[in-house]
Amino acid sequence: MPFIPHTQEDEQQMLQVLGVSKIEELFKEIPTELASPELKNLPSGMTEMELTRWVRELFCKKSMLNFIGAGAYEHHIPAAVWEIAGRGEWMTAYTPYQAEASQGSLQLIYEYQSMMTRLLSMDVSNASLYDGATALAEAVLMAVRLSKKNQARVVLAPKNLHPHYREVLKTITGQQNIHCEEIQFNDKGQVDQFDLIQKITPEVAAMIIPQPNFFGVIDDVHALTRIAKERGILSIAVVNPIAMAMLSPPGEWDETGVDIACGEGQPLGIPLSFGGPYFGFLSCKKEHVRQLPGRLVGRTQDLEGRCGFVLTLQAREQHIRRGKATSNICTNQGLMVTAASIYLSLLGGTGLSKVAQACFENSHACFHALKNISGMRPYFASPFFHEQTWKFEADLPPILNRLQNLGIQAGIHLGEYDPQFKNVLLLCVTETKTTEDIKRLADALNTILQELL
Amino acid sequence: MTQTIFEKSARGRCAHAQVPKTNPNAAFDLPAHQFRKRALTLPELSELQVVRHFTKLSRRNFSIDTHFYPLGSCTMKYNPRGVHTLAMQDAILSQHPLSPVESSQAWMRCLFELQNMLSEITGMPGVSLMPMAGAQGEFAGVAMIRAYHQSRGDFERNEMLVPDAAHGTNPASAVQCGFVIKEIPTEKNGNLNLNALKAAISEKTAGIMLTNPSTLGVFETDILKISEWIHQAGGLLYYDGANFNALVGRVRSIDMGFDVMHLNLHKTFATPHGGGGPGSGPVTVCEKLIPFLPAPRVIEVGGQYQWLTEKECPQTIGRLAGFYGNSGILLRAYFYMKLLGREGIQRISRYATLNANYLLKRLSDAGFEAAFPDRLASHEFILTIKNSAKSFGVTALDVAKRLLDYGFHAPTMYFPLLVPECLLIEPTETEDKQTLDQFIEAMISILKEQETRPELLKNAPHTLPVRRLDEVKAARELQVAD
Repeated sequence: MPFIPHTQEDEQQMLQVLGVSKIEELFKEIPTELASPELKNLPSGMTEMELTRWVRELFCKKSMLNFIGAGAYEHHIPAAVWEIAGRGEWMTAYTPYQAEASQGSLQLIYEYQSMMTRLLSMDVSNASLYDGATALAEAVLMAVRLSKKNQARVVLAPKNLHPHYREVLKTITGQQNIHCEEIQFNDKGQVDQFDLIQKITPEVAAMIIPQPNFFGVIDDVHALTRIAKERGILSIAVVNPIAMAMLSPPGEWDETGVDIACGEGQPLGIPLSFGGPYFGFLSCKKEHVRQLPGRLVGRTQDLEGRCGFVLTLQAREQHIRRGKATSNICTNQGLMVTAASIYLSLLGGTGLSKVAQACFENSHACFHALKNISGMRPYFASPFFHEQTWKFEADLPPILNRLQNLGIQAGIHLGEYDPQFKNVLLLCVTETKTTEDIKRLADALNTILQELL
Repeated sequence: MTQTIFEKSARGRCAHAQVPKTNPNAAFDLPAHQFRKRALTLPELSELQVVRHFTKLSRRNFSIDTHFYPLGSCTMKYNPRGVHTLAMQDAILSQHPLSPVESSQAWMRCLFELQNMLSEITGMPGVSLMPMAGAQGEFAGVAMIRAYHQSRGDFERNEMLVPDAAHGTNPASAVQCGFVIKEIPTEKNGNLNLNALKAAISEKTAGIMLTNPSTLGVFETDILKISEWIHQAGGLLYYDGANFNALVGRVRSIDMGFDVMHLNLHKTFATPHGGGGPGSGPVTVCEKLIPFLPAPRVIEVGGQYQWLTEKECPQTIGRLAGFYGNSGILLRAYFYMKLLGREGIQRISRYATLNANYLLKRLSDAGFEAAFPDRLASHEFILTIKNSAKSFGVTALDVAKRLLDYGFHAPTMYFPLLVPECLLIEPTETEDKQTLDQFIEAMISILKEQETRPELLKNAPHTLPVRRLDEVKAARELQVAD
């Protein structure tokens, strides 16, 4: 009701044109026994004012100092990002199939593709996928299609990859009888290269290389990429995009780079929003582009020779190829890519590098603030980016509860994912944390641990 | 075109307010090979330049907020601003997905109640909100069908029946789940060919994927017979909810015999299309498919909301997203349904159908040819201009492009593939009669132009920032990044 514009007069005139007396007559082809029952469990409608008040009261909460990362990161989002991305012309446009009426979206995606290829140092980026985990699943399917080995249905996935990503991989690739073989990590939290080499059999199509990995650990990605090349398998990087402004990007790993690079785009101007909507990025070497799933925008010319942009290589996609498409993917995450493009443009290369540097400095400042607290010690002694792991001598969940009551979300308990990490905390620090924030966390931990031990 | 953002960039320029303070003397304890060697060359502009660039670009788009957008099968209805504003509150946006459940209760309550609302509307008791788009909902649904058969030791069912009119995602999703596609042809009246269907059903049939109303814009009147046959053969019915705007609140999916479906929240429930996503494609299922639903999902225990995870659902097809799907979109759909309420939801299909039939009748009277002249329109309908193509050499593409000159977004064209030179038109319930009448006037003008000045159509559009674009060149030269 709230958004239906018909006046009684409109309705009467329209029915008259149709030669019927009631709207119900327009449904006479639907068998009457299909009529829905009353739908008693739906609520009554509200006005916008009523809904606003209800939502504000429901979500009224004290603000939390958040040190949780694990795949979703708190960053400062410039006001201009969502002020502009929230314009109706971006929000309420459809997929740019009508190119002439969608040059805004198309040019934006082209610019996004350009920015991502520069950030990752890769040749080609698609227009985005649903999120980081599904981007990785699509990367794996792509690698299996690209593999020159017959019967290669195995992809090597290290156990220091985000556990949710490993679950999504199993769900999606498992349907096509692709097996993800686990690779162990060593006591530094890095990929166990010995285990990796042992597991490269003729059935292996590709290996996944996270950077930084789920534990925040920075791995020797050059060595891992070299192993993949030497053994004739494809390499798939899963990277944090902010970290790539500072760390070696996947297109330069072991000089000539990986075959496919993907990851979660959320850090680039997308709010946490309880897990979504985010976007996944996916990029590859130019020679692999025909197996790249998802939308892709290319530069071209119009009838008068003016430059313009269109969706291209659509013959890979489901609306043309149907059952033979590279993927069933139809949508990308256009609005999130709009926000990310504005974010990247505001920061520029220097600004983004500074964000990465601030994350790195803050996370290390936090590390130094915590390292002398008795009752906890660093778990993996390795270089790290955002995240760090801490082993507690006391039971961790009650400690996290007490911190929560003090308004601090200190991270996640890794024991919930794997019993071998009982009482290991994964804690994340980004550029949003101040010296005072870090001191508040350290003091609280100190007090709690002193009481307990 | 306007310049690209890279062409506006100047070395050393920056939106200074956005750059965090860092320690100029910081020493990083990392081996040299771990650092980026070459400088990162992103655009370098002032904040004003960035704001202006993306504001200008936005004005080169058609959108619901600026234009009537009768894109068939896409349900381009008004996306309420209030819903968006509410979902963008800081208290909502700042919630980390891995926050403890005690501090996530408000979010979880909204998701739980959305699950219940979708269950009520479809009549299906099980819901997962996780799929992030219609195609992922299809994937989830088809994977559940597969898991269901396998759980019964029924490993021989490897065929999925798909009508030739189906969305391309249907066969693509089924193939992703390892099924062989059997295509079922369509009758002249737009219904499924029952003889062909009967012949295709066998002990290998895992299920059928249907859209109702079909992509041909007509209600599948044999739906009860179809579901009876498929069920008798041991198969399941998948419902592609892309066209649910025609039936929401009026017909429940379960009563048509469907076992599993996805809903496109960005269509029926008015969440923004965003220039191509984010979508959201929750799935609802009948009782026997509940154990296979993607995990996690929200349950309520004694007034507290909790996650039901893979541990409690050993038969789940698994996780489909890094976290819980497109949560912010789910929240918008929930707010939208709270605004509409029961009565509002039931009015959707009524006015969507009135608008579609009104357009169909007026355009038919004006001389356009309906693809299914003996049928009522659902929330959408198809015109075919195959006769104009013969007489004047004018194609559906030409009509579509010419409509852009008149300030209307084009209808969906060349889909479904089986109607030649077709335009699939869906006005939605949120368009007023004046707008519909203006659209009809434009279509009538184009009808005249195709006889008197066909080159106006063939070279259209004339008034947009670019003329027709060379797609062949784009694919051949493949310049996809600067």
